[in-house]
Amino acid sequence: MNIARNITEVFTRARGNRRRKRINLTPYLFLLPGVLLFLAWTAYPLLKAFQISLYDWNPIPGQVSAFIGSANYTRAFSDPVFWMALRNTVMYAVVTVIGQMFLGLTVALMVDQVVFARTAFRTIYYLPVITSWVVISILFKYLFNSNPSGLVHYLMVDVLHLLPDYVPWLSNAGTSWVAILSLGIWKGIGWSMIIFLAALQSIPVVFYEVAAIDGANKWDRLWRITLPLIRPTLIFVLVMLIIGGFQAFISIYLITGGGPLQRTEVLLSYMYNQGFKYMEFGYGAALSYMLAALIFGVNFIQIRFLQERIEY
Amino acid sequence: MGIRLRQQVNQALLVLALSIGAVFMMIPFLYMISTSLKGQVYVFEFPPRFIPAQPTLDNFVSAWNANNFGRYFLNSMQVALITTGLQLFFSSTVAYAFARFEFPGKNALYYILLATLMIPGMMLIIPQFMLAASFRLLNTLTGLVLVYTAAGIAFNTFLLRGFFEQLPRELEEAVLIDGGTHLTIFFRVLIPLSTPALATVAIFTFLGAWDEYIWALTTINEPAKRTLPIAIANLQGAHASDWGLIFAGSLIAVVPVLLVFISLQKYFIKGLTSGAIKG
Repeated sequence: MNIARNITEVFTRARGNRRRKRINLTPYLFLLPGVLLFLAWTAYPLLKAFQISLYDWNPIPGQVSAFIGSANYTRAFSDPVFWMALRNTVMYAVVTVIGQMFLGLTVALMVDQVVFARTAFRTIYYLPVITSWVVISILFKYLFNSNPSGLVHYLMVDVLHLLPDYVPWLSNAGTSWVAILSLGIWKGIGWSMIIFLAALQSIPVVFYEVAAIDGANKWDRLWRITLPLIRPTLIFVLVMLIIGGFQAFISIYLITGGGPLQRTEVLLSYMYNQGFKYMEFGYGAALSYMLAALIFGVNFIQIRFLQERIEY
Repeated sequence: MGIRLRQQVNQALLVLALSIGAVFMMIPFLYMISTSLKGQVYVFEFPPRFIPAQPTLDNFVSAWNANNFGRYFLNSMQVALITTGLQLFFSSTVAYAFARFEFPGKNALYYILLATLMIPGMMLIIPQFMLAASFRLLNTLTGLVLVYTAAGIAFNTFLLRGFFEQLPRELEEAVLIDGGTHLTIFFRVLIPLSTPALATVAIFTFLGAWDEYIWALTTINEPAKRTLPIAIANLQGAHASDWGLIFAGSLIAVVPVLLVFISLQKYFIKGLTSGAIKG
């Protein structure tokens, strides 16, 4: 009896609710085209990649793929090339992030102070950022070519005498990294410079005026005012660069192809080669999930750090 | 007097240091231009020269005609323009729904979009490839456009939502009272008021599509469907030491980008920093 009454009550209330609060369809119509595209080409592939990573995926349509659980993930841990790729990825991130942060900040501090040709300098330092990775990678391949007339050879050996002899830059791993890392830093300075510059320009001048009255010198001002005040920006740039560093691909793919002997392979190039060179879709998908986990970890730390913000 | 002088010395030193850095930034570009103007015999001359001995435009002619860069240029232009148009439409409608409506599922959708901002786009490439294959989109420019557009929706929605929310609502309420619909508001009020934000989205989308390499490399095999980035990389693979030709092809791709950047720098910087400040 009681139960029946409760049920009818729930029903009538629900009906009443629906009559009173008719769902407005307008927002869904606005959402529809964009969200459909997003679901089809981003959300679905994201889930599908996870499914693929649990199978020994057979790329031929209609063929059966064997479910192998976490085997693709455990396979990575006993795969020496995976470890090498991971080590290279971290090394690439560390070196290029330090280089870009340091040089980007230095340039930003100078551009912030300079009066003459400020816009021109800003534009020049930013040019590599907007130039395509493909073109820059091929350009660096040319600058570092092993012919004595290669520009880097000419500068290092014949002009500056920093190197005793010509080096076959791109035929061994160690020297290939010199080309790949210097490309990564050179191309990225402008981006961090722009972000730092915006932060520097938002610092109220009063702070510096007061510091000047108190007799603070340049270093004091840099360490006591500028850097603490742009701390959120420093962390933001740091995190974005780390994430970018983990995703290095095109320069390595085009300059060394991961060689010689896979010694310059990074996670993304290894993932790509597993997928599209060896047709190991399952292993490739597992690798991509492991990289995503790494990046999520970094993001998590960022959210932690960015929670405290500075108010002027 | 002393302070004045010290300031001037300071400025001179700054200009000097920045100029040295600027030379390092410019050398690779200048050398690329110089090489593209050299005949094949001069490409490996020693010592290397910045000013070509006998400058020639032969490489550009050969890239554009014999190596089909005219065709690739059109492909890239088509893909980048259509992607930009679709991106503007799709992300601004989604952003409008987020900025002006309360609806069931709003928060869930918001967090899903936010989460995908953090994942590297390339991790989706295997399932995207399978999806494209099953829709017969491999070897089509449509396949490029769809994936490029989808890839930008989450980020541009956030950018535009933030902008829309800052616009005053009074005007829109007036439109509704006068019998207008939300479509009227969207097309007649919001879009015209949002030109700076839309310009930012347009520029970044255009450049992203123009320069995209990996997805095009993976899905396009047919020579006639190539875009400029794959064409350039292929040129380097096929004519490994014909650097003059390779850089003439590269410059055909790079120069439009530089022109767009230099003329619309204002929007560029704004887009970058707004993305930065909003995280």
